[in-house]
Amino acid sequence: MAIEVRDVNKSFGTTPVLRDVSVDVASGSLTALLGPSGGGKSTLLRVIAGLEHPDTGTVRISGVDATRLSPQRRNVGFVFQHYAAFKHMTVFRNVAFGLEIRKRPKDEIRRRVMELLELVHLERMADRYPSQLSGGQRQRMALARALAVEPEVLLLDEPFGALDAQVRKELRTWLRRLHDEVHVTTVFVTHDQEEAIEVADTVVVLADGAVEQVGSPSDVYDNPANPFVMRFLGPVTEIGGSLVRPHDIEISAEARPGSGAATVTRVVRLGFEVRVELLVDGREAWAQVTRGTAERLALAPGDIVNIRPTPGARSLTLTGA
Amino acid sequence: MNLSRTARAALWTALVLGLGVVYVPLGVVVLNSFNSDRTFGWPPPGFTLQWWGAAWRSTGVRDALWTSVQAGLGATAIALVLGTMAAFAVQRYRFFGRDTVSLLIVLPIALPGIVTGIALSNTFHSVLGVPLGLFTVIVGHATFCVVTVYNNVLARLRRTGLNMEEASADLGADTFTTFRLVTFPMMRSALLAGGLLAFALSFDEIIVTTFTAGAGVRTLPIWIFENLFRPNQAPVVNVVAAALVIVSVVPIYLAQRLSGGDPQTR
Repeated sequence: MAIEVRDVNKSFGTTPVLRDVSVDVASGSLTALLGPSGGGKSTLLRVIAGLEHPDTGTVRISGVDATRLSPQRRNVGFVFQHYAAFKHMTVFRNVAFGLEIRKRPKDEIRRRVMELLELVHLERMADRYPSQLSGGQRQRMALARALAVEPEVLLLDEPFGALDAQVRKELRTWLRRLHDEVHVTTVFVTHDQEEAIEVADTVVVLADGAVEQVGSPSDVYDNPANPFVMRFLGPVTEIGGSLVRPHDIEISAEARPGSGAATVTRVVRLGFEVRVELLVDGREAWAQVTRGTAERLALAPGDIVNIRPTPGARSLTLTGA
Repeated sequence: MNLSRTARAALWTALVLGLGVVYVPLGVVVLNSFNSDRTFGWPPPGFTLQWWGAAWRSTGVRDALWTSVQAGLGATAIALVLGTMAAFAVQRYRFFGRDTVSLLIVLPIALPGIVTGIALSNTFHSVLGVPLGLFTVIVGHATFCVVTVYNNVLARLRRTGLNMEEASADLGADTFTTFRLVTFPMMRSALLAGGLLAFALSFDEIIVTTFTAGAGVRTLPIWIFENLFRPNQAPVVNVVAAALVIVSVVPIYLAQRLSGGDPQTR
């Protein structure tokens, strides 16, 4: 294991932020800490980096107990949401910072920095100042700077949070490819479930300072441990006291085993998919079907149809709901 | 915003009048320093560099200028050290009474100079038994010069946050290296702006100076005040005043540029 977090508790004043958090991060993996804002994910990342000290619990990095180690001695690379670029230094000097601190020979620094700038596609920006870069470029510079010291783990705190949607998407794909190239154990924080599912190979869902579930993206999506995780990871609708994904609902004209009657209240076309709003036993629900299905059934408001969860669909029974 | 022609004209007139009240007299002072008439007859019968020459040769002016520079540099140095330390304490640490401390640091700039002056004079003279002189002037000036440095550094620290220093630590830099390579360069322009303002404040201070200078220590403003009503000194006083206008404009202009602009490039 690259990182082992055990029973970590942390409070700010009287507010508990992390509650008995234990997480393992496998070497070479790309792990997402996913959860709503205020869920404690950034604090957990900062605890791993040594920027915060846990009240209780331990953090081991590459088998070494790092709980009491200062950030300088942990050999982790940290990338901040707002880049934390050294504004008074050129891109080159920013990336070279960690190597210069370590007093590496000048030609080695030059070679390594240029290598990294090439990796993040900034080789032509070496002599610019951070203020002359776009947000996406600054974040790539920050990444190169963190990678320069060859950290054992790379930690990214909402790395794309401050960027606009288009750049975000590009950087996501790019981060995934970069990780496949560099293979450094990486943990990133995000509140965007799509980002976590698309980029990570392990997802840790955190809410209210506690770990709700750990698993592969398809695992947490398909087999959510509880209603919270199911709701957080994707769209849900409620049918017969169970939570179901809307794309797991089958609509047919005739009754089938396990199906029930529903009234169509509205049909909304969203390009390729169609959102069918239903009334089931007086409760609102909705199903996501393809355009083909909607046309074949000629769905229109007022129609009485039969619905059931697709055989094999995962659903969660809500207790006390 | 769309304004009618009349409104536009009225606003421009108000602006010109308002600024005129301040700057026309200053312009007159500068012009009069070249006025060949020793009683400032208006319009000037001719222009001369005679008074500038006389001011330059006057030992009284030169001594006073040197005293003012010393006082300004001393007060600015104290302000830079204490103001920076106070700003760090207030911005970076939580402690009991933090807001009160912050208020107490800023207060001296708003206190009437005459009160500060009397209070300091009494304390130095009667309580501590320190003889009044250049040193007491420097301390007196430092009480309000600290504020400009403190405010500038505080604003900078607030704006830049902790992330840059955390990034530096994460990359392996110890506290001292981080201060040298990251924190100090990031504050440099704020320090310069605060320092220039502090120097400008000290340079033309007269009230606190009057009470803390004692006999024999004469700053430039004090020299002006003492010579103001000696008719044969009037042209020289005027030259010194004109010079002071020019000398004060430069630091204020620089300070404004430094604190307004983005601090990334040198």
